[in-house]
Amino acid sequence: MGEKVLMKGNEAIAEAAIRAGCRHYFGYPITPQTEVAAYMSKRMPKIGGTFLQAESEIAAINMVIGVSSTGKRVMTSSSSPGISLKQEGISYLAGCDLPALVVNVERGGPGLGGIQPSQSDYWQATKAGGHGDYHNLVLAPASVQEMAALTIKGFELADKYGMVAMILADGTMGQMMEPVEIDDIEIKTVDKPWALTGTGMKREHNIVNSLYLKPDLLEIKNFERYEKYAAIERDEVMYEEYLMDDAEYCIVAFGISARVAKNAINAARAEGIKVGMLRPITLWPFPKDALLARADQCKAFISVEMSMGQMIEDVELAIKCKKPVYLCNRVGGMIPSPEEVLAKIKEVGGAN
Amino acid sequence: MDVVFKKPHALTDAPLHYCPGCTHGIIHRLVAEVIDELGIEGETIGVASVGCSVMAYDYFNVDFVQAAHGRAPAVATGVKRSDPSKVVFTYQGDGDLAAIGTAETVHSAARRENITVIFVNNAIYGMTGGQMAPTTLPNMVTQTSPYGRNVEAVGYPIKVCELLSEVDGAAYLERVAVNNVANIRKAKAAIKKAFQNQLDGKGFSLVEVVSTCPTNWGLTPAKALEFVETDMLPYYPLGVYKDIYAEGGEK
Repeated sequence: MGEKVLMKGNEAIAEAAIRAGCRHYFGYPITPQTEVAAYMSKRMPKIGGTFLQAESEIAAINMVIGVSSTGKRVMTSSSSPGISLKQEGISYLAGCDLPALVVNVERGGPGLGGIQPSQSDYWQATKAGGHGDYHNLVLAPASVQEMAALTIKGFELADKYGMVAMILADGTMGQMMEPVEIDDIEIKTVDKPWALTGTGMKREHNIVNSLYLKPDLLEIKNFERYEKYAAIERDEVMYEEYLMDDAEYCIVAFGISARVAKNAINAARAEGIKVGMLRPITLWPFPKDALLARADQCKAFISVEMSMGQMIEDVELAIKCKKPVYLCNRVGGMIPSPEEVLAKIKEVGGAN
Repeated sequence: MDVVFKKPHALTDAPLHYCPGCTHGIIHRLVAEVIDELGIEGETIGVASVGCSVMAYDYFNVDFVQAAHGRAPAVATGVKRSDPSKVVFTYQGDGDLAAIGTAETVHSAARRENITVIFVNNAIYGMTGGQMAPTTLPNMVTQTSPYGRNVEAVGYPIKVCELLSEVDGAAYLERVAVNNVANIRKAKAAIKKAFQNQLDGKGFSLVEVVSTCPTNWGLTPAKALEFVETDMLPYYPLGVYKDIYAEGGEK
């Protein structure tokens, strides 16, 4: 492309995935991520790729496992209830150390919930939504441009570490249109000697597997995986700070909540309140050190979330409960307004 | 000295973990012989399922991926779509294929996915200790049907070949058994055809192998083979249920 075009967030993800070399997409219809599948169904046949509408989200994630086990880039996308169905497969991807990109364009829950935007799958995404000890890399875009950039980044990280990278977006990010620029990128390939390509009668057979009946071996696999996770927590944390140099209050927010909070911060600054924001871009690894570094400087933290307060626990842990952390939230598909966030800033300012 | 009988190259040297009298060993050997005879070992990728045959990945000398319970046809779909030049097969039991994986089975058939499915039907969940399966016969005693399968309460067995024969996408469906030498020879011919179909691009081919579980049936190996003849085959008749490329028209 190389030029700015107007795109929906969901379309930006799809186009960026193609630019990243992904030629296999498996999905199942669900609002509000449908445009990803629609875009792929148009593009993939024209570039020699595979678009397949599976019989269920469960089948789709297992098709992803099949392609990933052969060493190729592959993705699926869904929305909250569908992502719940994919958790079995995501656990298997973790247990097999297979890379894949999974996109969750969140909607309100629990159950069938609603179809309006939400951030209430934070726990599911960051704390291992399926069974067993594991993590996903979780990336939280806050613009259509980031939907594209983090999709490419997600494929690279997934390949680098042999694990699932999840784009945790929401219905707003998926549906809104913004100018976006997606350059042709140089695809960073990773050597995958474990991939199932047929032995060609030239090597021992490769096995992609998560079963270890001997508990001592399974323990070693888990320990090894957590060494990888420790390296990721050290090397791959991404966040953005906004007006934090002199901030007395720190808002923590991601995705659309961070966009809203920015407006509230500007309004508060106009009234002389020194407030800033730390926006996690990676939700796992969480920017723990960056938050802790602001704990002495700030009087209080405010977690702005579209959930009943999920990320707030990670904020409290990150700052080791040195300062109070307040919740500013709307749920069920409602989005907090800048006025509501401003009111919360003033309330917290008055109390601290 | 002339070698008159040897292990197929497509089988590894790993000792099989199956119970005495279990027919998985025979079926593994038939699949491996077919892989040898077709000369496809280097291009074949297997998909193991959940159940007694979960460790098939250790026994076959080909690349393998282990799938979650029931999901082998979906995983195989991904593998095949990734590289259609590879020969992709699943090896699944009755609980895996006909209960938890029913949707994956039916829809991979409906898509005429160009894969080979080896379906081992012994009418019981063997790995977990002998529970009622979707293919457990009426009145058959299992751990979870201790008074015999009461069809009034728990429903009827699923006849997979008959069910799939109504799916337009399915290309080749045959039910075979391995309870005697004659049947074993027919089983091998069916398995070979199911792999040859894939090489010829003919699409979804499934061979249902009526098998035994002496341990959980509570029978000696010899009695288990008799049970196949007297009880299993009357309910699960052998034969070709569908062959869209059959000489003289579709069967």
